[in-house]
Amino acid sequence: MKDTHQNELLRKKLYLSDRIAKFVVTSIAVISFVSIALIFLFVLREAFPIFGYTPEVESYSDQELEMESYGEEHIGIEKDEQKASVNNNQVQQSSSEEEKLKLQSIWENIFSTTWDPVSNNPRYGIIPLVVGSLKVTLIAIIIAAPIAILAALFTSTFAPKWAKEILKPAIEILAGFPSVVIGFFALVILASFLQNVFGYQYRLNAFVGGVALSLAVIPIIYTVTEDALSAIPRSYIEASYALGAEKWQTALYVVLPAAAPGIFAAVLLGIGRAFGETMIVLMSTGNAPILSASLIDPVRTMSATIGAEMAEVIFGELHYNVLFLLGSILFLFSFTVNAIAEFYVKNKLLRRIGGTK
Amino acid sequence: MKRNIILLCLVSLLFIGLYANKIITVKGSDTMVILAQRWAEVYMKKNKNVVIQVTGGGSGTGISALINGTTDICNSSRPIKKEEKIKLKEKYGTTGVEIKVAIDGLSIYVNQKNPVNELTLDQVKDIYTGKINNWKEVGGKDAQIIRYSRENNSGTYVYFKDEVLKGEDFDRRTQYLPGTAAVVNAVAKDINGIGYGGAAYGVGIKELKIKKDAKSPAYAPTVENIKKGLYPISRFLYMYLRKKPEGEIKKFIDWILSEEGQKVVKEVGYFPIR
Repeated sequence: MKDTHQNELLRKKLYLSDRIAKFVVTSIAVISFVSIALIFLFVLREAFPIFGYTPEVESYSDQELEMESYGEEHIGIEKDEQKASVNNNQVQQSSSEEEKLKLQSIWENIFSTTWDPVSNNPRYGIIPLVVGSLKVTLIAIIIAAPIAILAALFTSTFAPKWAKEILKPAIEILAGFPSVVIGFFALVILASFLQNVFGYQYRLNAFVGGVALSLAVIPIIYTVTEDALSAIPRSYIEASYALGAEKWQTALYVVLPAAAPGIFAAVLLGIGRAFGETMIVLMSTGNAPILSASLIDPVRTMSATIGAEMAEVIFGELHYNVLFLLGSILFLFSFTVNAIAEFYVKNKLLRRIGGTK
Repeated sequence: MKRNIILLCLVSLLFIGLYANKIITVKGSDTMVILAQRWAEVYMKKNKNVVIQVTGGGSGTGISALINGTTDICNSSRPIKKEEKIKLKEKYGTTGVEIKVAIDGLSIYVNQKNPVNELTLDQVKDIYTGKINNWKEVGGKDAQIIRYSRENNSGTYVYFKDEVLKGEDFDRRTQYLPGTAAVVNAVAKDINGIGYGGAAYGVGIKELKIKKDAKSPAYAPTVENIKKGLYPISRFLYMYLRKKPEGEIKKFIDWILSEEGQKVVKEVGYFPIR
């Protein structure tokens, strides 16, 4: 009885400020949630016209679209006329081929293996781009995950306190490195260095991109792994020591398995980052849309394609829609990966460490 | 005292705001950004009542902005495409105005250590379309050719594809890099590389002489050769408008086409239209 009375008083006292604070915090949370939802809806909406796509019938003749000229009295125009006649010849030659391609359905086009959107017969095969993204991400994770996990294990169990205090912020600062700087470093220095070491043919390729990307991914995996390792209850470690285990045995057989879900989450977050990273891969992978299994061929990733081409496309055209389709795929992928990391793994981790829950 | 100074600043700002209210926006081609900026600087120095804002972003970006009505003048290093003309016509009922403002030569570059010094136009085409794969086929050493290109968002790419490749597609192994600087850098680092772009003076690369066909002499991309029309890969740089220029915009464009404006073209490193 007394408790509730006091609460009542307190509530009255704080009533206004409490309500304002609550309102501000709630609305900010709602705004952030709504804006993410709206972004997703926008991306999907822009990709949607692909479903109802029909090849456009040309509604204007060339003459109708003839542009007005200005200030051309002074220039010789013969050169231009020559060019025009050359262009006409080309169009006639390639028109039969074009018609053949137009019969192809839009989905056949999108699931083909050629990406050549700026062409007389534009082809939007996204398969090489998806494979390219997966390839680069795979390389980045294979390199980054072991390094980051072992580094985290070192700082959390073996490193003396002073070393930990230097190492942890130092690695985390790497996460704040602008990706364009990493990309430039890869383009100018890393690519030449790796080519000299391995002697492969293409200077810029998936491998260089993956290595550069791992620089951006390491701090993310490291930070989350470190947190997971530090969250292991002291009692686990003490119990292990009490059984006579060495320090390395404890680290390897007790700490690491106990933190496994957290480390898994860290790797997933790293994958999400690697998949969506644009600037580094745009600068270091060579961006050739080749479909191959080789890791030392140039690749073109989905994110780099969007980054490079979005500025140029004609708004509302098929190319524009396909770029948004790529955006949707990227968004869905990152969303799924992050969601798994967030919900599934967190539950599992809590259950394992909390024990009785 | 301090307050007076601040007041003075505010008042003068107000006056600037009142008098400099004629703002012309220019947007488009990255190739033309420096040129357009120089034009704007020189012109604004002479005409204090006009403010000219220049931004890049690529030719396509500029044309989109023109169609969307967010820029007055669009710079483009390629002619406008048919789809874009249709958009413009549907939105404004006009066909737009095309103004040729300068000429640009496109250089083909290779690594400095590459023994090849000249190529014919057909050879360049065959290299980029994948018919020629080894430097030894064009008089170099036995090594595979590594092709570098600008990204397909650049007017340079479109021009190269239309005029040099005659509309054919790039070989699939071609690597696309953002910006001329990246292409120059890649070719400088890659002994077997070949790239193209505006006139560049990077370390470690050399510009090839180009022959129109096997029999004709080879010409380097110099001012004289381009002006005389001897160097075979040159293009116009354009400005696009929605309708015939009027008022301040007309004055600005007339000035660009005047001797004074064309002098700026030469200073920046392109070639005057007349």
